[in-house]
Amino acid sequence: MKKFVNDPNDVVAEALLGIAAAHPELRVDHANKIIYRGDAPRPGKVGIISGGGSGHEPMHGGFVGPGMLDAACAGEMFTSPVPDQMLEATKHVDSGAGVLHVVKNYTGDVMNFDMAAELAASETGVNVRSVITNDDVAVEDSTWTAGRRGVGVTVLLEKIAGAAAEQGRSLAEVADIADSVNANGRSMGVALTSCTVPAAGKPTFDLGEDEMELGVGIHGEPGRRRVPLAPAKEIAALLVEPIVADLPFARGDRVLAFVNGLGGTPLIELYLMYNEVARIVIGHGIEIGRSLVGSYITSLDMAGTSVTLLKVTDELLALWDAPVRTAALRWGV
Amino acid sequence: MPDSISCEVLQRWIRAFARLVADNEEYLTRLDASIGDADHGTNMNRGMTAVVAALDSAENVASPAALFKQVGMTLVSTVGGASGPLFGTLFLRMGTACGDVEVLDAGGFARALRAALEGVVARGKAETGDKTMYDALAPAVDALEAALDAGGSLAAAVRAAHAAGVSGRDATTAMLARKGRASYLGERSVGHQDPGATSVALLLQAAAGVIPARSDSSSGSASGQP
Repeated sequence: MKKFVNDPNDVVAEALLGIAAAHPELRVDHANKIIYRGDAPRPGKVGIISGGGSGHEPMHGGFVGPGMLDAACAGEMFTSPVPDQMLEATKHVDSGAGVLHVVKNYTGDVMNFDMAAELAASETGVNVRSVITNDDVAVEDSTWTAGRRGVGVTVLLEKIAGAAAEQGRSLAEVADIADSVNANGRSMGVALTSCTVPAAGKPTFDLGEDEMELGVGIHGEPGRRRVPLAPAKEIAALLVEPIVADLPFARGDRVLAFVNGLGGTPLIELYLMYNEVARIVIGHGIEIGRSLVGSYITSLDMAGTSVTLLKVTDELLALWDAPVRTAALRWGV
Repeated sequence: MPDSISCEVLQRWIRAFARLVADNEEYLTRLDASIGDADHGTNMNRGMTAVVAALDSAENVASPAALFKQVGMTLVSTVGGASGPLFGTLFLRMGTACGDVEVLDAGGFARALRAALEGVVARGKAETGDKTMYDALAPAVDALEAALDAGGSLAAAVRAAHAAGVSGRDATTAMLARKGRASYLGERSVGHQDPGATSVALLLQAAAGVIPARSDSSSGSASGQP
């Protein structure tokens, strides 16, 4: 393992020190591992918090700022934060307008956020709503599993719901918009290599030079199947077709197309993939209204990509286009 | 009061569980590496180490309810992942079920464990055969109640609960995971023992070790109780 670390056990804490040093407009609570928007709570604005295991940067801390999240709670590497963190963040971003919790559908994340919401209700009286993202079509048998995982849609949801909150909409409206984003988005990913968790020091799984894991999760969870490596255009089809068939997306639909890097894939390959993805999507008679290309929800150093398609309305597009100023997404300001 | 458990004995149970978790940290993590994310032993040991530190610094834990609440809150705050809320809820519900008593009698202990099981189900939504901690805890609670109903001593009932929990733990090996991260493995989860069920068996082992009291003829003077 070759990584930039001092002590593998200090990676999360030291990265938070770096975030605080690089972004003085943010406020970092190092004891509780929470990144706050510097001016939170904003009077009258619904607060939005998220959080999850570390190792998926820039999600979620890179999305804290005007037009997106008010706070992000960082867990241990690939481990959910604990309820104390979400409770603390909830208290600090509530202006009286209530707080939305954005939770990815993983067993630990859901249970810890549930406990935080229960504690918030009983201890503070803060009005909390939760939205759980579960857009990963790779999990086919959701009845007999923990359900579909929350992946790429989480990024798009945090941007769109963040814009709605910034406009002063109510908690119920912001939560409904968030729910509609999750309901209209689907994703699927593929890994070319495993990730390596610093404390483990070796790859999470073994993948041959000529193999790829189709439908991989963002913690290195196994996917639908292990298949031979193929040209990019064939991989794009293996990702896009199940997504289109699942919602299903139909001729005449308009989408936001998001090609995401999993951490170890260069941008030039992501743009090459975007070209293939766009060609297939347009071939289905689906219009691409907006695009996002880059590494926004990652799995440490995993080489790979995920594709997310979000069916959009004029309202969702306007919220997507609204100004945002965070470490990782920044436009219109 | 032959069949009752003092706060002091409950503390010894918790500390014995912490030692077993520490002794088995690598084993629990290895089990988790096969079907999860290789951190169950690390996370549980971090939590139980914090619990022991909290017990050491607490001046006087007045009641079973207060003790279990402290254990549960500490686990929730320090373990993370799914195990934090699940094992935390287990102890928090035991605390609530104990009510305002200074000493737990056999029936109170059984009711507390039943409440713990119900709490785990409410939190994790697990059912029989999902390959989770439920598959060790549920048969243990059933066995405890059955032994007490049949007129057995508390010590004998706790031993029966431990035996049932161990059988339940062993049965998880053949199960296909339907909850948690292991469920994404589908058929590939079969053949691996569930780490959460293994931790539950350690909790029951700790109980069987400390609860043999004076009414248990077969364990003689092993308990060290006055």
